[in-house]
Amino acid sequence: MAPISGPDTTQRSYLWQDGTVRSWLLTTDHKRIALLYMASITAFFVLGSVGAALIRLHLISPTGAILSDATYSRMFTMHGIVMVWLFLVPSIPVTLGNFLVPLMLGAKDLAFPRLNLISWYLFIMAGALVVYGLFRGGLETGWTFYTPLSTDYTQGRVLPVVAGVFLSGFSSIATGVNFIISIHQLRAPGLTWYRLPLMLWALYATSVIFVLATPVLSITLLLLAFEHFFHVGVFDPALGGDPLLFQHLFWFYSHPAVYIMILPGMGVVSEVVSTFCHKPVFGYRFVAWSSISIAAIGFLVWGHHMFVAGTSLYAAVVFSMLSFLVSVPSAIKVFNWLGTMHGGAIRLDAPMLYAMGFIGLFTVGGLTGLFLASLASDVHLTQTYFVVAHFHYIMVGGMVSAYFAGLHYWWPKITGRMYPEMWGRTAAALLFFGFNLTFFPQFILGYEGMPRRYATYPAQFQVLNVLSSAGASILALAYILPLIYFTWSLFRGAPATDNPWQATGLEWRTSSPPPVENFITPPVVTHEAYDYAALDHPDTAQRAEAPHV
Amino acid sequence: MSWLPEASAHASRVDILLAGLLLISLAVLGLVFGLMMLNIIRFRVGSRVPVSAEMVAHKSWRFEIGWTATTLAIFFMLFLWAARLYVVGFQPPPGAIQIYVTGKQWMWKAQYPGGQREINALHVPMGRPVQLLLTSEDVIHDFSIPVLRIKHDVLPGRYQSLWFTATQAGAFRFYCTQFCGIGHSRMTGTLIVLTPTDYARWLGQTPASGSLATKGEALFIHNGCSGCHVSQPYAPGADDTSRAPSMVGLYGSEVTGADGQRMRVDNAFLHDAILHIGAARGQVVTYATRMPSYRGVLGEEDLAALIAYLQTLSPSRSSGMGVSAVSARKGD
Repeated sequence: MAPISGPDTTQRSYLWQDGTVRSWLLTTDHKRIALLYMASITAFFVLGSVGAALIRLHLISPTGAILSDATYSRMFTMHGIVMVWLFLVPSIPVTLGNFLVPLMLGAKDLAFPRLNLISWYLFIMAGALVVYGLFRGGLETGWTFYTPLSTDYTQGRVLPVVAGVFLSGFSSIATGVNFIISIHQLRAPGLTWYRLPLMLWALYATSVIFVLATPVLSITLLLLAFEHFFHVGVFDPALGGDPLLFQHLFWFYSHPAVYIMILPGMGVVSEVVSTFCHKPVFGYRFVAWSSISIAAIGFLVWGHHMFVAGTSLYAAVVFSMLSFLVSVPSAIKVFNWLGTMHGGAIRLDAPMLYAMGFIGLFTVGGLTGLFLASLASDVHLTQTYFVVAHFHYIMVGGMVSAYFAGLHYWWPKITGRMYPEMWGRTAAALLFFGFNLTFFPQFILGYEGMPRRYATYPAQFQVLNVLSSAGASILALAYILPLIYFTWSLFRGAPATDNPWQATGLEWRTSSPPPVENFITPPVVTHEAYDYAALDHPDTAQRAEAPHV
Repeated sequence: MSWLPEASAHASRVDILLAGLLLISLAVLGLVFGLMMLNIIRFRVGSRVPVSAEMVAHKSWRFEIGWTATTLAIFFMLFLWAARLYVVGFQPPPGAIQIYVTGKQWMWKAQYPGGQREINALHVPMGRPVQLLLTSEDVIHDFSIPVLRIKHDVLPGRYQSLWFTATQAGAFRFYCTQFCGIGHSRMTGTLIVLTPTDYARWLGQTPASGSLATKGEALFIHNGCSGCHVSQPYAPGADDTSRAPSMVGLYGSEVTGADGQRMRVDNAFLHDAILHIGAARGQVVTYATRMPSYRGVLGEEDLAALIAYLQTLSPSRSSGMGVSAVSARKGD
């Protein structure tokens, strides 16, 4: 329990224990694997962002500024596939999650350290296949691979890309299994379920989706490959298949995948808001169970992607009602974060600014989701830029803000160095404004009827498109800035103390960066989660809490 | 929300729904941002002495139940409102003009009952219900008319339906909104809403080699359909239905499917029955001959003509019930 500090910690930390390349590539230390993952997904994020930049540049002109129709189609397909499967789905779980799950549990490592390393190698192979497919020929199907376009009508490299996405699924499943078993089995003495940090509840819910939904994607992609190469009629009506079957199977995975992308972000925000308000999360149990109910109801709403696809009236009505229902737990979370702020001692450091950005942008994303859950308005808005704006508010405004919130928050723990605070706040503000300028105009474009995935568009839409592209350049700055000052901080940042934010989690009770075995003395938990009174007055609280142990 | 024209009564109703959603969203956003700002001003470190956290925590479950119940109630109201407006799309009024629209990479082809045809354009009269019967020759497309606030996916091998009554004359754009390959953004066209007199004039001026039904009649003989199926003019008085069901009065009637379910014979049913061997034909009655599939023999435009012809054999049935309400949905 005693924090480890002193001059010798740097030598003993996981970062510098053994500096050879071999020791990094064959490591089973969850902290090092987290960093391997972080480097990989940063590379994919840069790749996907370059795609986004080219798309926005192209759309400055109604006739298309720089790309041919074919290149434009391949570009947004690349952007979607890379961002969804190689950045957003893994993002928080494999980086912050991998790093933090054992630390928050008070454990030495995940339950299956070697499986964890395998999952990284699977992910790298998946990424290599996808990148190979996308650059040697490209693919013009969009990230959704709708049939029969993807099976019979594309000249693109379907096989390597589909195989890559298929492989990345196994990487996700491995991570999910590892987290579920670790959270069940490796909790420190005294760490009951209701004492877990909310980040772990969120990651647990995410892992359940990983394990239950990803196999459906794998099956779907296998069937797709079968049809493409052996002309077995599954989805293609010309072969006796049903194209709507593909959409059902695809969205049965891909809608829960939206929650894979957002739940970990909610976990990060719960941690950050509590720490920077120095106050327990308001309604802990409601926030914890709202994560589980999002994961559960999230499996029952896939049909809302198909309100105009030709499904039955009854299916549409039921899916619409369930889609409204799934947004209730999200609303509960937002209200509880606001309740947490009430009466706290609020500090506006960079992680908190990012977290507040998350709350605001996620709320906009959620509310515009109601426009799409409503049947009659969905008919008008679906497949337009309104949808593009809506899901970017969730994925970028929400998830990427939360990812940055988490990176800044745990950066001192991960690296042992502080990032420059002023620059962090500047980047957070730039992200918020750049993001809104990029995507808010797209809501209006969508209402006016501009379809998504258009390489050219009627001239009346130009002003809003130019505004959006201008916002994207600010957004780019908000991404480049952290890349620079984080790199700087690695070498020149001020050394971090063990608990620079006065936070309560077990991860703050070990040194920054932690030693290889995480804790010199295995921790014992004697307090409820977020017990700031015990942190501020360790002696009195210790006595008061003693009977609970 | 007046910058996008509302070219039908349905469009105005959707806009009112959108305005309602917008108002609720603004109220919630105001609440969230307002509380966030208020909290920051009141509780920022150094700005004020924090209130006791225990007092708030004590009553937390009341807040939780309060905001959960309020959210649920508002959501349920919105759901009902939007669903009611969606259901009407499945109920095209009788007497609608049926226009067949076929999508292919990357154009829209329209066929009128009078035999007129056009590409990437759609002429419709003001004030009369119009039903579009949509299908695709290749991949999935989507027919979207923003000024009418309706759209529907267009699938290969089956009919989908959209109906509307335009109330404003003018030229408006329609789009393909389901990504269909690299030419996707070129797959747009113009909806031209004409006054009834202008529409009649347009029909008269547009060349047509006989009506759609006439063309279908020729196809009916040419492809050998009339060899088995009874259709009054070619076998006057004949009632030999041992080889195949009679086509007279078939359209609009109800038949019993293989699974015992009653099915209405509509455009989608006939389209399926001509193309597929088996389930779609559905009848339990066994005939002396087995009808082959006409997939690959008849194109979508031929099918539209054939079905238009079969409709004329049921003169008492009104058009405008092209696709049964449950099996597919319609817009407007």
